[in-house]
Amino acid sequence: MKRDLILRVVAKVFLPFILVFALYVQFHGDFGPGGGFQAGVIIAAAVVFYALIYGLANARRLVPERVVESMMAAGVLIYAGVGLMGLVLGGNFLDYFVLDRDPVAGQHRGIFWVEVGVAVTVSGVMLKIFYMFADRGRMDE
Amino acid sequence: MAVAVVVLARVRNLFAVIVLSGLYSFLMATVLVALDAVDVAMTEASVGAGISTVLLLGALHLCKSEEAKPVHKPWLPLTVSVVCGLLLVYGSLGLPAFSDPFAPIHTHVVPRYLNEGPKETGVPNVVTAVLASYRGYDTLGETTVVFTAGAGVVALLRRRRSRKEQPK
Repeated sequence: MKRDLILRVVAKVFLPFILVFALYVQFHGDFGPGGGFQAGVIIAAAVVFYALIYGLANARRLVPERVVESMMAAGVLIYAGVGLMGLVLGGNFLDYFVLDRDPVAGQHRGIFWVEVGVAVTVSGVMLKIFYMFADRGRMDE
Repeated sequence: MAVAVVVLARVRNLFAVIVLSGLYSFLMATVLVALDAVDVAMTEASVGAGISTVLLLGALHLCKSEEAKPVHKPWLPLTVSVVCGLLLVYGSLGLPAFSDPFAPIHTHVVPRYLNEGPKETGVPNVVTAVLASYRGYDTLGETTVVFTAGAGVVALLRRRRSRKEQPK
């Protein structure tokens, strides 16, 4: 599919919108449907889309394997780190009320970072699995 | 949806099966929207219809077989699944009616989440409030499960590759 001009152009046009939609789903999850899990999957889907059109090698250059692998672990660490912050600031593990002077703002902050952690891990894992599968089959060569 | 399921069971072409299962996921997502579970519908549409279709296509590309041949007569599995389905339907007769406000699940913690959730967390979407705050431990566990699944895939596929390289 690398040489198909229409697909390449359409992909270039679509990708920013997909990523913006993912960010919308991520940060608007407090008010509407969505959240970290869905946003992570949409981000991964955007990169998978790119890999399908432009080839796996280019996608690897865009999002290197090392970044993907560290994303997998970093998300869980962010999540657990929020929990530990609660402990450090004198609450229980995963207690968000202590994260800010105002308990409601603390809740907001906790939920925000927790969702970030979920999104990072989910998109990392999805991308890694896709890379692994596509690499074994050499989809683009 | 019923048509999709019947065709899924009949068709032998794996590519058609994958596309049809993606279609089924989208139909399921619309059903979930109709049930007012928008968050779940979104997950179903993006994971069930999107990512897993791509992964299944990748797997199909790996095994390079378009045909799945039936080996056994389907009667025993068919009976087992029909009996299980009937048992589940029988069990569902004992459940409270759909959207019954006095069902046990709606009288335990749900009123507190619905009444106090927006005030305590400042988050209007109750699903997010429950998921990330009240049930934060569960979600941490889920994230760890996703991470573990990814790590498992990495471990499995990496080892194969190095084994393949050894004979060279």
